[in-house]
Amino acid sequence: MMSLGIGSLGLVAIISMFMGAVVTLQTAANLSNPLLPAYLIGYATRESFLLEMAPTVMSLILAGKIGSNIASEIGTMRITEQIDALEIMGINSASYLIFPKIVAALCFIPIIVIYSMCLGILGGFIVAMYSSGMTIEDYITGLRYDFKVFSIIYAMIKTVFFAFVITSVPSYHGYYTRGGALEIGRSSTKSVVYSSIVILIINYVLTQLLLL
Amino acid sequence: MIEVKNINKSFGDKQILHDISVDFKQGEINLIIGASGSGKSVLTKCIVGLHEVDNGSIEYDGRDFTKMNFKARKTIRKEIGMLFQGSALFDSLTVEENVKFPLEMYSQKSEEEILDRVNFCLQRVDLVNINHLYPAELSGGMQKRVGIARAIALNPSYLFCDEPNSGLDPRTGIVIDNLIQEITQEYNITTIAVTHDMNSVMETGENINFIYKGKNWWNGNKEDVLKTDNEELNDFVYSSKIMQKFRNL
Ligand SMILES: Nc1ncnc2c1ncn2[C@@H]1O[C@H](COP(=O)(O)OP(=O)(O)OP(=O)(O)O)[C@@H](O)[C@H]1O
Ligand SMILES: [Mg+2]
Repeated sequence: MMSLGIGSLGLVAIISMFMGAVVTLQTAANLSNPLLPAYLIGYATRESFLLEMAPTVMSLILAGKIGSNIASEIGTMRITEQIDALEIMGINSASYLIFPKIVAALCFIPIIVIYSMCLGILGGFIVAMYSSGMTIEDYITGLRYDFKVFSIIYAMIKTVFFAFVITSVPSYHGYYTRGGALEIGRSSTKSVVYSSIVILIINYVLTQLLLL
Repeated sequence: MIEVKNINKSFGDKQILHDISVDFKQGEINLIIGASGSGKSVLTKCIVGLHEVDNGSIEYDGRDFTKMNFKARKTIRKEIGMLFQGSALFDSLTVEENVKFPLEMYSQKSEEEILDRVNFCLQRVDLVNINHLYPAELSGGMQKRVGIARAIALNPSYLFCDEPNSGLDPRTGIVIDNLIQEITQEYNITTIAVTHDMNSVMETGENINFIYKGKNWWNGNKEDVLKTDNEELNDFVYSSKIMQKFRNL
């Protein structure tokens, strides 16, 4: 499970850097009005990454990557009777298999999200450095403009909920797989779809509760 | 000795087992035979508690398993070893770790003693120098043997084998059958083996129970099984050409 997290670092890095770069470019392209201060570009990048890109989008990506992996791992254990073998040994297979995964996810997914925030902002920084439309000074001023610690707290609260969904939904689908290899694929697809939907709904509800 | 009394089992409104009563004796291989889909696997899974029975009782040397809670069942489960139809080795663990698994879970032994026991069990099933391979790197027959080694690791009093030699060539199948027989006698285990292979019936059948459409249709030993006038059993036993030739001798 830890290795799953570490294995995701590369993917998360690439996605975050490119999204950070693109968000910065798009904001720059849309802020051509000279009346608007240039530091808004850095501000927009920071806000979108802290509030939404890093926690929600990364969780959706991890739901695809980690979720399908968990569902097929546990599903395979189910149909090849490995779960029965655990039960025979008197082990409560559900908690034995699922609990450590949830705990691990609750620890490392927040770290991945913070890592994504940093890299997204770094992506924007690189664009600011090489593009003619803005200056690094403006970008940095924007990053520091009106910074609220609560944004990070809000992001972390969301992430903890998402981490739980990312592991528990696929575990459930994997654990209750019936039939053969075809069904493993099916539960893995189903778990990605359901966990993504649940993440989006929780995202909406939490935002309503925490930010308004 | 395991006594199964009047158990019924349905999935939804489909009844699979009908009022089955059967005794499994200690120190013998007790066979459960029958056609595919007759309910053999469901019966074994009911006996070990992987499926809950609808009614009836299952007594392990007088201890009624059906009335126990999870915790009480755990003490009995420590005495059960099971070899699954597809071996069910944990595929993220090596051979050694697989056999070690129940030992680390339950025995109070030191790391060194556990390792000795693992190597003893693996030697018992004629597997040496494969401790660090993964299940995917083994042949089907080797996987079965690792499965047996894992099942006997805790010195079980009850050994369940679901089709121990399915998917193996006849010769390897007999090697596995003989291995189970030796272990059963050596440690005086109550062994229950599910099979639809007449080869192993003739090799090991002492107490044979023929399941037909979810009912305990017939029982006897390997001599009786050839001379029976039970129609359904005859259909089952003499379904292959070899056995038909054998009957006409
Ligand atoms: N979990 C389950 N839910 C519903 N029906 C089941 C379940 N497990 C088994 N059955 C049904 O019970 C019947 C008996 O199945 P079982 O697996 O016991 O057959 P079997 O005698 O072991 O056959 P085989 O020799 O092919 O392994 C089958 O009709 C099967 O469809
Ligand atoms: Mg079966």
